Amino acid sequence: MDSAIATTQAEHGIAEQQHEHVSVPQHRHHFATPEQQREAGSFGMWLFLLTEIMFFGGLFFAYLLFRNWYYDAFVTASNQLSVPLGAANTAILITSGFFMALAVWAAEVRKQTLLVLFLILTTLLGFAFLGIKADEYHEKYEKHHIPGASFDTSQFINPAAYGLSEKPLAPDAAQKTQLFFFLYFAMTGMHALHMVLGLGILFWLMIRAQRGDFSSGYVAPIENFGLYWHFVDIVWIFLFPLLYLINRHPLAH
Amino acid sequence: MSAPSPTILNLPDQSTAQLPRRNFINAEHGLLSWLFTSDHKRIAILYLISITFFFFIGGAFAGLIRLELLTPQPDLVSSDTYNKFFTMHGIIMIFLFLVPSVPATLGNFLIPMMIGARDLAFPKINLLSWYLYVIGGTLTLTALVLGGVDTGWTFTAPLSTHYLNTHVITTASAIFVAGFSSIFTGLNFIVTIHRMRCPGMTWFRMPLFVWAHYAASILMVLGTPVVAIALVLVILERLVGIGVFDPTKGGDPLLFQHLFWFYSHPAVYIMILPGMGVISEVVSTFSRKRIFGYTAVAFSSVAIALFGFFVWEHHMFIMGVSNYSALIFSLLTMLVAVPSAIKIFNWCFTLQQGSITFETPMLYAFGFMGLFTIGGLTGVFLGSLGMDIQLTETYFIVAHFHFVMVGGMLMAFLAGVHFWWPKMTGRMYPESLSKLAAVVTFIGFILTFMPQFVLGYLGMPRRYHAYPPEFQVLNVLSTAGATILGIGYLMPMIYLAWSLKYGAIAGDNPWQATGLEWQTQSPPLTENFIEIPIMDHEAYDYDWLEHKTADEVTHVG
Amino acid sequence: MAHEDQPEQHYNDAANVTNPEHASHHIVSPAQYAVVFATLLACTALTVFAADINLGVFNPIIALAIASFKGVIVILFFMHVKYQSKLIKVTVGAGFFMFLVLVTMTLSDYISRAWGLW
Repeated sequence: MDSAIATTQAEHGIAEQQHEHVSVPQHRHHFATPEQQREAGSFGMWLFLLTEIMFFGGLFFAYLLFRNWYYDAFVTASNQLSVPLGAANTAILITSGFFMALAVWAAEVRKQTLLVLFLILTTLLGFAFLGIKADEYHEKYEKHHIPGASFDTSQFINPAAYGLSEKPLAPDAAQKTQLFFFLYFAMTGMHALHMVLGLGILFWLMIRAQRGDFSSGYVAPIENFGLYWHFVDIVWIFLFPLLYLINRHPLAH
Repeated sequence: MSAPSPTILNLPDQSTAQLPRRNFINAEHGLLSWLFTSDHKRIAILYLISITFFFFIGGAFAGLIRLELLTPQPDLVSSDTYNKFFTMHGIIMIFLFLVPSVPATLGNFLIPMMIGARDLAFPKINLLSWYLYVIGGTLTLTALVLGGVDTGWTFTAPLSTHYLNTHVITTASAIFVAGFSSIFTGLNFIVTIHRMRCPGMTWFRMPLFVWAHYAASILMVLGTPVVAIALVLVILERLVGIGVFDPTKGGDPLLFQHLFWFYSHPAVYIMILPGMGVISEVVSTFSRKRIFGYTAVAFSSVAIALFGFFVWEHHMFIMGVSNYSALIFSLLTMLVAVPSAIKIFNWCFTLQQGSITFETPMLYAFGFMGLFTIGGLTGVFLGSLGMDIQLTETYFIVAHFHFVMVGGMLMAFLAGVHFWWPKMTGRMYPESLSKLAAVVTFIGFILTFMPQFVLGYLGMPRRYHAYPPEFQVLNVLSTAGATILGIGYLMPMIYLAWSLKYGAIAGDNPWQATGLEWQTQSPPLTENFIEIPIMDHEAYDYDWLEHKTADEVTHVG
Repeated sequence: MAHEDQPEQHYNDAANVTNPEHASHHIVSPAQYAVVFATLLACTALTVFAADINLGVFNPIIALAIASFKGVIVILFFMHVKYQSKLIKVTVGAGFFMFLVLVTMTLSDYISRAWGLW
């Protein structure tokens, strides 16, 4: 007989016979199988990360434009940033990402204690990063390098008086350093905001991991958060050379 | 049955027909069951109510604008107030009505059903989308109540950043939030369409409505974040005085425009593509014929999405961009018209030798095809550099975008609402009233906006509330048309609401359409299907439908 | 209503949604992660040292190249994209493509505004 719209058996039953999949209690019923759910979740997180790429992209373009228009001002301003601190932060964040990747592995092989440990290490290093950033921001505050009414360009007009071996800038060029610092605060600040949100989510994940939510095959939240955390890491990987390492050669040219 | 019926409407016998006992509307009771729902259909209804609310506020501002423009003198309101009128009209109509109109209402309701799924991929994010929309709308109303904003919907710097003391930050925040609503809707659609199609539902068996939403969703996900950062920078510029858009500090106001239009041009395709999806469904159903060139129409949706990202500078031709880049973007703008034209041609070829009937959705679809063609062609005029320098910032632009947005998109939205109303509510609206409303809307529209093309060509600038007296006749015609248009939009409000209680019972498939959503009850079950369907035929397969219905029992006793 | 006979592959899944490309959930080992981690640290050191050497116009190019390389290995290994479906790979590519469109097409305006002053 002509089939109209043919129908299937209960999808769960068949899928369980033919797949060796894990039957998890978190399986949402608008999905046919947990694999579909996991892949959809991962795909959804990647789409969200695409929006983040485009969001930061606007700031990166502004940076590209003004660095090229006001190169000297950007160089002088960039040399105010501390390379050791920036490099340390880069290493800290990379390590934090390493531990996050290990956390995903621990969830996949169902080692609960290791999972919690790696999540804790990820979080601690995240806080270390923010601590160093706070210290750097504070230093900028004290030197009056925060853009706005209190911005002070005297260090750039007459660097020798402050013991700096920089090329002095004319006053109007020195004003352009404000653009550099604005981009510095906007980009690292936006990055830090994402980290703070990430740390909040990490606390929640740690609590759930401790309860055993991720030790029986349900790894999607850890996996998808890992994607977010690594993305934040990648943004910093680009911010570090762009903001800190514009022109660190000795003052020879 | 004697002569062939002039309508394909096929209602069940009203003396015995009843709404299905169990459906998504009566599945749960109480306001909270709606406010905390994860059912995509309920969320679609929530959106429908909210966007209708904002539509009428935006429409009220349009009425005030046209009222002022009845006379050449600026005699109704001051300049600043007039600026607030057109700003609020634009912001509300674009961000709070047009962008979510078809995707968030019809798309949310229908996409899972059309592909044979039980819900979207992320139902809770869908609900979050609606709440973000409501928050964005509330912030906009807050800005309105506090005194409004007068930057124009385009927030052009440095006016918005340095020269105005109105509520720019509140409004920019509102759009930022509403933008995330749009992003999450698009994200949900992309994942759903890729990963939740029922067995047998290949890409090329999906209704073209789904293809159109897929393309629009890509634009939502990739474009909206850029306007988000543009607005953040405006807010920071106002709060802190950072200088990115301030020439005295070394910044460039055009940077704002590049970031703003990088989204806002694709935004117009976000608005129109879902409407084109609706038209595909309506034209096919009311010609009883498969859409001509299905593959071409499907790919043209994706092509519009792709090319739409490459043309934004045509909104900035007179703003100080380099002539060389203007040339490049002008050329690219010509290209982006091609896929839209492909769709119009394919719809026309679908109509040819089809069995055409003129129910209300089809009337709106015809309106769409004519008015969108005019609007689209005038867009090509504006894309050519020389013409644009003459015509930009005049009423020609205003007429152009209202032809595509109102004559095009709004008609498509109404076509869709009427087409799927029986499916969503189980009730039919009164056909003669709805046809009358469609005709009134069409006449009102032409009278309102056709004079504006002439006004623009003759040189009347946009965003001014005073004009030389020789333009008055055309302005009066336009305002008269606006009144008629307003009546045309009020009528559906009234009879659609009436139909909820007194309309005829529609049955599963009153239009005898193909498509999985028409093979279930009206209104649908919460879970959409009792068992997940298997798709074993092509899209728009009217032979399959004939075989299916041949065996169906339609009368009891 | 007829029920389909179950074929070899589970029910007529032409769209292949229930097991996308039969992804086998490749689990990346800690040892692989450690190698990537060490590479990332080495590249960080490299970029700091390269910044101190005057290479003229190549300084920013090298810095961006190193950063891009680091980003790519984070994406491929830490984020597992090397072992994911083609859909995920295309999605990542699409994201970076759009970013490049934003940058290069906006740049086309700024570069050509005043030839020679750039």
